[in-house]
Amino acid sequence: MDDKMDVIIVGGGVAGTVAAYLLAKEGLEVLLIERGNFSGAKNVTGGRIYSHSLEKIFPNFTQEAPVERKVTKERISMMTKDSTVTLDFQSDRLGMAGKDSYVVLRSVFDRWLADKAEEAGAMIVSGIRVDDLLVENGKVCGVIAGEDTMKANVVILADGVNSLLAEKIGLKKRVQPSQVAVGVKEIIELPQSVIEDRFNLNEGEGCAWLFAGEASNGLTGGGFIYTNKDSISLGIVCGLGHIGHSDKTLVQMLDDFKEHLTIRPLIKGGKLVEYSGHLVPEAGLSMIPELYRDGVVVVGDAAGLVINIGYMVRGMDLAIASAECAAKAIIAAKEKNDFSANALSQYKKNLDNSFVMKDLSFFQKFPKFMENPRIFNEYPNMLADLMTDMFVIDGEPPVPLMKKAMKHVKKVGIMNLAKDGLKGVKAL
Amino acid sequence: MRISIEEKLGVNKYFVNEGHPHIVIDPEYSDMKEKKILVNACPAGLYKINEDGYLTFDYAGCLECGTCRVLCKGTIIREWNYPVGTFGVEFRYG
Repeated sequence: MDDKMDVIIVGGGVAGTVAAYLLAKEGLEVLLIERGNFSGAKNVTGGRIYSHSLEKIFPNFTQEAPVERKVTKERISMMTKDSTVTLDFQSDRLGMAGKDSYVVLRSVFDRWLADKAEEAGAMIVSGIRVDDLLVENGKVCGVIAGEDTMKANVVILADGVNSLLAEKIGLKKRVQPSQVAVGVKEIIELPQSVIEDRFNLNEGEGCAWLFAGEASNGLTGGGFIYTNKDSISLGIVCGLGHIGHSDKTLVQMLDDFKEHLTIRPLIKGGKLVEYSGHLVPEAGLSMIPELYRDGVVVVGDAAGLVINIGYMVRGMDLAIASAECAAKAIIAAKEKNDFSANALSQYKKNLDNSFVMKDLSFFQKFPKFMENPRIFNEYPNMLADLMTDMFVIDGEPPVPLMKKAMKHVKKVGIMNLAKDGLKGVKAL
Repeated sequence: MRISIEEKLGVNKYFVNEGHPHIVIDPEYSDMKEKKILVNACPAGLYKINEDGYLTFDYAGCLECGTCRVLCKGTIIREWNYPVGTFGVEFRYG
């Protein structure tokens, strides 16, 4: 390829494909390069997408896109070895248009997005790994894949959490273990009706369920379940900061989670159809790299744009919004035929003015708060013990509830509880 | 009923680039603590410590998550790259 493209996008995930769509729609010459055999082939989510940012780009996309189920039931649990305390929130409010969220499978979903980009005129090449960025006089001006060099005015790095390319040119420092979590997931096939019965769901409706405590063996992280149409996405996410101290491997954590008294009946008779793993950027604002330079911008997971506040994990909606911010900046740059860092700084401005940076700033204290081991050890146990006192009757004389509660609170320490409560509230 | 990790990986679709590992480790690396980190963290259970205390790794079942790179690049992990285009794991669900 001798022609110089307007834009080359590395990576066909949600950020890459959405950027390709938006740029191609405006008539820019766009080449998207994906290392897998198709967009989505290397991608994994828990997971669910909050629809708002994609809805802006493809109104009513859920009518057409391959989404699994609309989430109408949220559950969060504190889990110990032998108990689970669960909060269950079911509401029509969860499914209101523009505020709704959907369980998706990325291999299917991203392919749909790539088709949209292609229809808009973007060129998509799959099965090519980009090895390096082409840099001339300090300016990024294309990509290198094997023996081939392809030139472009701007390169968008949408190459995911491990963005080797952003690291290579020094936009991003090497990711630290404390900044990411590893996710491991099984797709367990079950008939649609069985899923709806087991999770108490109406047809087409879905459940998102997060577990703190035993699931991640007391480490920062947790278990998750999302209901697909005719399968369940089930897995564990575990921070890498302290994983070396664990007395269980991640593989064992997942096995034990599946054997837990709460989980086993939910997946009984199910058939494993895929086993996947992926990293999740979790440090929020503190891990965001340099977002642009001459001829290059970084979007999505590659830019660390994920918010995890325990009961809610968001990445795809941020990735999509970042792609839109980048596309807008590049369209403006094309009009002036100026692709310098100065012109591309508009991307950062767009991002700062969007919910992406506002939300990341809002929750910036949370990643630190989540490093508190009490959240994953003492508190699940405290709750389980309290529940045991409340519900287990053995003929002994009753104890006032307050006294029961205080007994368990004292184990953790009143000051700790007060301190953590205050910190938690402040971080939110 | 527990399914072994080998059986789990067996349901996945892989295009293995035979003879061209995308991750190269230092099997002689001696710090047991560092080795344990990889054994604990690899979601595919591909890092194992054998009877002689050496670390073994089989790239064929790799999920390409990058966990080992984040944890041990520069110590046990000598080289880490994604498989060449078209090779490696191919998620059908994701």
